[in-house]
Amino acid sequence: MSTVATVRDTEMISDRVAVRRRSVTSPLLYGALALCALLTMLPFVWVISGSLRSLDEIRSDPGAWLPHDVTLDNFTRLFATEGFGGFMANSIMVAIMVVAGNIVAASAAGYALAKLDFAGKRLAFGAVMAALMVPFTAVFVTQFVITVDLGLADTLAGIALPSVAMPLSVFIMRQYAMSIPSDLLEAARIDGAGEFRIFFRIFLPLAGPAVATITIMSFLTSWNNFIWPLIVAQSMSSYTLPVGLAATSQAASHVTDYGLQLAGAIVVMLPVLVLFLFLQRYFVQGIAGTGMR
Amino acid sequence: MTPTAVPGAARTARRSRGSRRTAVAWLFLAPFTVVFLLYTAIPTVAALGFSLTDLRGTDLRNPFAVDFTGLENYFRLFQDESFLRDILTTALFVGVGVPLTMGIGFALAFALNMGIRRLRRTFRIVFFAPVVTNIVAVALIWQYAFNANGTVNKVLGAVGFAGPNWLDDPNLAMPVVILLGVWRNFGTAMVLFLAGLQAVPQDVYEAASIDGAGRWRQLRHITLPLLLPTTLMVSVLLTVFYLQVFDEPYLLTNGGPLGSTESVALYTYHQFGSGEFGMSSAASFVMLVLVLLVSIVQFRLLRPRA
Repeated sequence: MSTVATVRDTEMISDRVAVRRRSVTSPLLYGALALCALLTMLPFVWVISGSLRSLDEIRSDPGAWLPHDVTLDNFTRLFATEGFGGFMANSIMVAIMVVAGNIVAASAAGYALAKLDFAGKRLAFGAVMAALMVPFTAVFVTQFVITVDLGLADTLAGIALPSVAMPLSVFIMRQYAMSIPSDLLEAARIDGAGEFRIFFRIFLPLAGPAVATITIMSFLTSWNNFIWPLIVAQSMSSYTLPVGLAATSQAASHVTDYGLQLAGAIVVMLPVLVLFLFLQRYFVQGIAGTGMR
Repeated sequence: MTPTAVPGAARTARRSRGSRRTAVAWLFLAPFTVVFLLYTAIPTVAALGFSLTDLRGTDLRNPFAVDFTGLENYFRLFQDESFLRDILTTALFVGVGVPLTMGIGFALAFALNMGIRRLRRTFRIVFFAPVVTNIVAVALIWQYAFNANGTVNKVLGAVGFAGPNWLDDPNLAMPVVILLGVWRNFGTAMVLFLAGLQAVPQDVYEAASIDGAGRWRQLRHITLPLLLPTTLMVSVLLTVFYLQVFDEPYLLTNGGPLGSTESVALYTYHQFGSGEFGMSSAASFVMLVLVLLVSIVQFRLLRPRA
């Protein structure tokens, strides 16, 4: 009884404290946060406004904030540029391979690591953790040599392969699988269902949220990946969007077509930003939930 | 005969059931394992091997031309002034980037956790957006903004300063590159801190405020101590990230001007680009050791949560 009373008392006190706090700090707090938000968004605002300006306008006054005459000319020129459609198709193809690979590899591996008992389990989990730690820049030379040996240099498969089974995806899937009650799987096992049947019929349907997180994470990784495609793609026909964009901006450094590049920047950023706006929960989970990226 | 045969058969049956189970499990693990062996395990071992040879890009078709040179690459590395300079540059990335990213991330998380009800989700989305944004696109924007005639100088001009050509100045390029790194990463720090702050039990604050502890004392004596595990985790995470920093300096300055923004990762890439695979592998191994050391600390810290 008395504990209930104290709980209620502190609740009331905390309400009062909270109310007082809000009334004191709110305008200042909101003002400061809004200012920070504005500063964070500046690059986005600037690129959008820049991409809507005509080339002449950009040349005559590169640093200006707002377009005088809004035009979509940069975008129409961008899509007419040789190779651009190909970069986009390549980026999409690589992303499809990476996402599909991660869903298959990570859900299977995560399930085994969380729900099966077998020889070498600790070793397998150790491998996942080790793979999380090895920095890409430490192994890319040998990865490149292997890709050449496999005959996959300058191919989309060569770009996608290292990311089709990301340790982070396996880790996320394993953590999720741990939370699914084993009784459920055990019951099916007693009824004589094989492991594959249990995996497809019982585990996968329950793993929806984890699959969503993995899909988002691997798409993000693939879409934004820069250094690996830069190394593997040697001809324009296998450039992904970021590599194509970087190549055009570097090749064009003497005849700079700012408008084209700003429009290109938007096309590269937009898909992820739109996805993020709708699915931000999964983005945040993927990056923050495990503390890795 | 029969009494001994029965347990023996049972044992065999059990063992075969166990090995069948193991086979099935490894079948599930096969796709990941193949990629892991091909792109993590073998490359790591091979990189160590490469670092002990004079392998050059042109030798790839003719492996017999490669000589084992022992630790020579490592000796050369630590006599190479540009590598030593790059270690200092990387240390600068870590030393400035980590505290700045954490500070901003914490301040925002703290503010968002302080009685803000409305717009909290919106703010979180805004502050996290840079994390998911494509670096090539943002670097392009950064280049134009910090151009001699760019937006930043336009703003400076409006208040009476003549802005420099930021990315061409060896003293000013680095702050701009770090700024990009901080802009891209404070959202991650914020989200992790926010999760940490929300895990602090509310009644501790209530008890403290009943006892008359003010806001600052609550921050110093409750929030910060309870947030220590999160703080450690974020700092290790960011340290590992900035130790490997590549995209920002590569895209903004390609390590220039005069090598003033070249990180160790960029050194590795430049050695690779000039065909010095052995040297590149040695440099990358130095980095691998650094990152592994920090990662082991991270793993230890994360363990209670996993």
